[in-house]
Amino acid sequence: MSGMTDAAAGIEPAIGLVPTEAKIARREMLGQLVRSKTFIAGAVLVGWWVFWAIVGARLTPDDPLEITDAILIGPGAGHWFGTDSLGRDVLSRVLAGASDTMKVAPLATLLGIVGGTTLGLITGYFKGWVDEAISRVIDAVLALPLIVIAVTALVALGSSNVTLIIVIGAVFTPIVARTVRAAVLGERELDYVSAAKLRGERAPYIMFAEILPNIIGPIVVEATVRLGYAIFAVAGLTFLGFGVQPPAPDWSLQIADNYTLLNAGTYEWTVLFPAIAIATLIVGVNLIADGLQQVLDR
Amino acid sequence: MSGRRASAAARRPGWRTVIARFLLNRLALSIITLLLLSVIVFAASQLLPGDVGRNVLGPFASPEDVAKFNHEHGVDRPVWTQYWDWISHFVRGDLGTSLQHNVPVGELLGPSLVNSLKLAAVAFVLVVPLSLLGGTVAALRRNRVTDRVITVTGLSLTAIPEFVTAIVLIVVFGVVLGWLPVSAAAPEGAGVFTQVEYLLLPSFALVAVLFGYIARITRAGVIEAIDADYTRTAYLKGLTPGRVVRRHVLRNSLLPTIAVVATQVGYLIGGLLVIEKLFNYNGIGQRIYIAAQAKDFTLLQSGVLIVGIVYLVATFVADLLFSLLNPRIRYGAAE
Amino acid sequence: MSEATAPVVTAQHALELDELDVVYRVRGRDRQVLRGVTLNVGRGEAYGLVGESGCGKSTAALAIVQYLPRNGFVRSGAIRIDGRDVLALSGAKLRRLRSESVSMVYQNPGAALNPSIRVGKQVAEVFSLRGVGRDEALGHAREALTTVQIADPGSVMERYPHQLSGGMQQRVIIAMALATDPALLILDEPTTGLDATVEAEVLDLVAGLQAELHTSVLFISHNLGVIAKMCDRVGILYAGRLVEEGATETVLNDPRHPYTVGLLRCVPRGGVRKDHGRLDTIPGFLPNLGEELPGCVFTARCPLVEQVCRAVEPPLIDLGSGHASRCHFHERAQSLPRVTAADLVLPAVDRSADPLLRFDDLGKVFKQQGHDVHALVGVSAAIWPGETLGLVGESGSGKTTLARALLGIVQPTSGAVTLDGRDLSGTLGGRSADEMRALQIVFQNPDSALNRRHQVRRILRRSLKKLAGTTGAAAEQRMLELMSSVRLAERYVSARPGQLSGGLKQRLAIARAFAGDPKLVVCDEPTSALDVSVQAAILNLLVELQAQQRVSYLFISHDLGVVRYMSDRIAVLYLGRLMELGPSEVIYSGPHHPYTEALLSAVPTIDGAERERIRLEGDIPSAANPPSGCVFHTRCPRFLGPICVEQEPPLVEVEQDHLMRCHIPLEELRELQAAGSPPARETVAP
Repeated sequence: MSGMTDAAAGIEPAIGLVPTEAKIARREMLGQLVRSKTFIAGAVLVGWWVFWAIVGARLTPDDPLEITDAILIGPGAGHWFGTDSLGRDVLSRVLAGASDTMKVAPLATLLGIVGGTTLGLITGYFKGWVDEAISRVIDAVLALPLIVIAVTALVALGSSNVTLIIVIGAVFTPIVARTVRAAVLGERELDYVSAAKLRGERAPYIMFAEILPNIIGPIVVEATVRLGYAIFAVAGLTFLGFGVQPPAPDWSLQIADNYTLLNAGTYEWTVLFPAIAIATLIVGVNLIADGLQQVLDR
Repeated sequence: MSGRRASAAARRPGWRTVIARFLLNRLALSIITLLLLSVIVFAASQLLPGDVGRNVLGPFASPEDVAKFNHEHGVDRPVWTQYWDWISHFVRGDLGTSLQHNVPVGELLGPSLVNSLKLAAVAFVLVVPLSLLGGTVAALRRNRVTDRVITVTGLSLTAIPEFVTAIVLIVVFGVVLGWLPVSAAAPEGAGVFTQVEYLLLPSFALVAVLFGYIARITRAGVIEAIDADYTRTAYLKGLTPGRVVRRHVLRNSLLPTIAVVATQVGYLIGGLLVIEKLFNYNGIGQRIYIAAQAKDFTLLQSGVLIVGIVYLVATFVADLLFSLLNPRIRYGAAE
Repeated sequence: MSEATAPVVTAQHALELDELDVVYRVRGRDRQVLRGVTLNVGRGEAYGLVGESGCGKSTAALAIVQYLPRNGFVRSGAIRIDGRDVLALSGAKLRRLRSESVSMVYQNPGAALNPSIRVGKQVAEVFSLRGVGRDEALGHAREALTTVQIADPGSVMERYPHQLSGGMQQRVIIAMALATDPALLILDEPTTGLDATVEAEVLDLVAGLQAELHTSVLFISHNLGVIAKMCDRVGILYAGRLVEEGATETVLNDPRHPYTVGLLRCVPRGGVRKDHGRLDTIPGFLPNLGEELPGCVFTARCPLVEQVCRAVEPPLIDLGSGHASRCHFHERAQSLPRVTAADLVLPAVDRSADPLLRFDDLGKVFKQQGHDVHALVGVSAAIWPGETLGLVGESGSGKTTLARALLGIVQPTSGAVTLDGRDLSGTLGGRSADEMRALQIVFQNPDSALNRRHQVRRILRRSLKKLAGTTGAAAEQRMLELMSSVRLAERYVSARPGQLSGGLKQRLAIARAFAGDPKLVVCDEPTSALDVSVQAAILNLLVELQAQQRVSYLFISHDLGVVRYMSDRIAVLYLGRLMELGPSEVIYSGPHHPYTEALLSAVPTIDGAERERIRLEGDIPSAANPPSGCVFHTRCPRFLGPICVEQEPPLVEVEQDHLMRCHIPLEELRELQAAGSPPARETVAP
């Protein structure tokens, strides 16, 4: 940055430091993370839902799947969040609704990250016609909104948690690949890559042992952002009927089941609370992503 | 000596030529991408399981009827013949016949596309100026309260799925307060203002989703311009801060935003399946979704390809704007 | 010494800094970057502020114009420009000060101009601030561009900054800076990064304008040679403190502070060669920014240090006629014990044997946007075992391309390279492991050359494994040996490059290059990114390694002083062609190629004896569109006539071991160059 000497930016021309300072630096980073308000807020939100995803229906006040006669009762003493059109307790359903999303989204993200990183490394490192060809294909695929691709694929493969993971992971791969490719392009011009070639290192070594460690930062940030989008995607697809299948008390299914009621009358609690639940989870994930990004950028 | 230089100057291409060459290049790339897309789309639709005839005619139709249907609609021909048939008609404007409804695809997609464009237009007009303003203000007040508020609000809103925001908006403005209609489809023959009124709620949901993202990119662009050496030069000349921002900073910071906005156009047109379903709106997203469920190949293929075309057109326009506004592309490097 | 008239110091100085303390707040702590700096710049005077990285010189410049970043502030002290208190100004008054009384020119002129606005409008902006109309402002802008010797201001004004060369951009910035005839002009490393010949022109321009306008100048640089040339007085800054000050000639010839003495001994000067009269180094490391330094700031590194130095901060002691030093023992400064090894004995290079490396007619053509860029054309030379071949040239000369072509990173389009008599494949893939270990490189920028995620141990062990085939316990042993041979302490073995200083990083890079016992190491500007005091240590190290291992070097640098110090023979490149090749001293003393002549005259030296400047008009031509005949003819100060335009001169051995590419016969060159520099040629349009 111009106008700012190294002093202002807090960058110290490092003097010869003793090696244990490396550990101190790492600890300082973790310390910064812990002190970052965004990170803490995000971690709390996500932690809450992870807890409920694991615990599930065991600790909810009522059985989330139990159908009763007490339909469409507004929020009150017996049912804090009211009941839905089948008499099911909304609070219990909201609390238990995290499970499937929390299983599918992280795995889909992982798939996307692994696939995308490999693809990004290959296209970014080799450039040439390999890069051109694959990039054209990626451009073509990304010309379509993801939901369109996902819906088409899920119709073809049928909807289940497994296919959901595969489809979302596959759709994320080109997106991650683009980010990774950009990072690789920046690194490959640096001299340590030339130095490695001059040692006779083979391409896979250079890609994975030399370049990859230097781009972990952006990949981690991308992974957390993707996780947010994965939850987003699972929610949307489930709402359309292609994602998690009933009778799981998934939030989007709750919204899908009950949103037509809004035309009939003010039964907003049936959809509002699941909506807020989705929102808090995704916002939590994004806050973590933001916190991480701030710390890793320094 | 000067003779050498003069002839060199004469040989230097004018900026119109440079841009024309650049755009031709992008156009060629777009067409290749488009062709590739058509192949991918076609292949994907072929992978949809189930027999077309069986799906349309139902499980009780006889095998002979199914075979006859398949033959009539040409789905039993070799794959490349079908592809060629489809694509050669497509470029001429004939999008094929819907297998499910037995009407020309164009008749079905046309109105849907128009609807999607209307919604996208309203959302666009709302979100772009708001995001530009928000991002710029956040950058100018970097790390202060205003910036934090704008950034965090944008971040949170963006993170929430559009249908969640839409639900909240519907509940608050549609059901509880009753200010705006809950459906996006205005009654037949409604005037422009009424149509816009109906489109406001879904547009607000879209604004919520996109604001944070575009504002963040804008903010980053403005910050980069503020930190640049040339801004320092401007200040040290003695210019007022207002003038520095207007004349020097903004010019250079808006370019990345154009690129980003263009990429969102595809989503705004074809990616709104969920919003369309919630608001009961006949957009192109809905059409595609229904076609996928019904295994209506022709409708599905053409619909998806149309969405792809819209996206590529948008990015091409963005490239055009970018090259016009960026002198480095117009004039190239020093001789 | 500048060419200005005798500096006129009036009662009112152009710039006064009075006990200036500047502090940055970083992560909650205050770091003091400038400590009680007091200096005055008189009217019409040029004052040089010298220091290495972290000394605070750029901070001083920013403080003067009140453009410190948000976390920087002046804790105490005063700044007065033209008698007015700068710190008391804000808003409109500050803007007026910036517009009328002080201007700044700094490094990287390309970034200092707005890329989206035409140059003419940017220059005119300075005038429209004064309230003149648009057309009148443009007229003034045109005049301003003429004063900086831009021949065709009209066309330059129509262009965008990226269409101008670096030298031209800097002229535009200077035009804008001097347009308002400010009382004070601040230059912060204005020519760093520019080619030697372009740098010389810009400096001449500044000196000339300064003399004409009687502007006071604050010239900030790390380059003592430039300061010696441009400034009447000089101040040496170390860790934010002014440690010595005085008339330039006095300070450079009679330094009275250990740091100044050490600094001067670090710079290669005439007559100093790598094997005798070797460079001194300053022990220790540059202090961290804002570090707490009780007592004298230089105690950690001073060989003269005693108890009183740690306890009491020395005041600025007046030594008479404006010369002052901040040292308790200033009278002993010049008998500073030397921190340098004794003279080395370098084994003589045996030229009767076969050369180690030979390249014949090497050519490389790059394709760039449809043009053919001839980066290298017909370059041939040989390097013998144990010798150092220096490679000199400006941007576009092809020196980096040549290095990469030899190493195999870039595949030559024509020509051949042989190592020990065997042909080397153009690509790395085609070379054997032995060939790869024999040819290694030390890059310019150690931050880029070392993988910042790998520990020192991993970097060295991997190189040992791939280049020398050593693994296991033997490798560990060898790694420690390598580290000690480059003076990299064992305790750094688990550190990552980011935790090491520039000098240590470069030592690591050298150790890595030597892991496989190479026969030839390409040194591509190995010290350009390092501070002066660190440079000397690295150069000494390279020479020691050469003595121990009989390794050859291809030493590339833009710094002619360093090249002369290190090289046995020197090759001069221009636009991808070899212009001259011969022993170091012959290249320096002459007779030499006109380009070499101009290049040598462009380098500012610390020594009083200076060559008369030969100005090269115009910019370096683009390699995509080289001039016909002799590629240097467009700028050659000894241009003969049509023959230079029509025919490219061949590379001819004009005397023993001395090759030259020029139509002028050697004897005639000898006469011409003894007679003095040639008259300037007519200016050329940009």
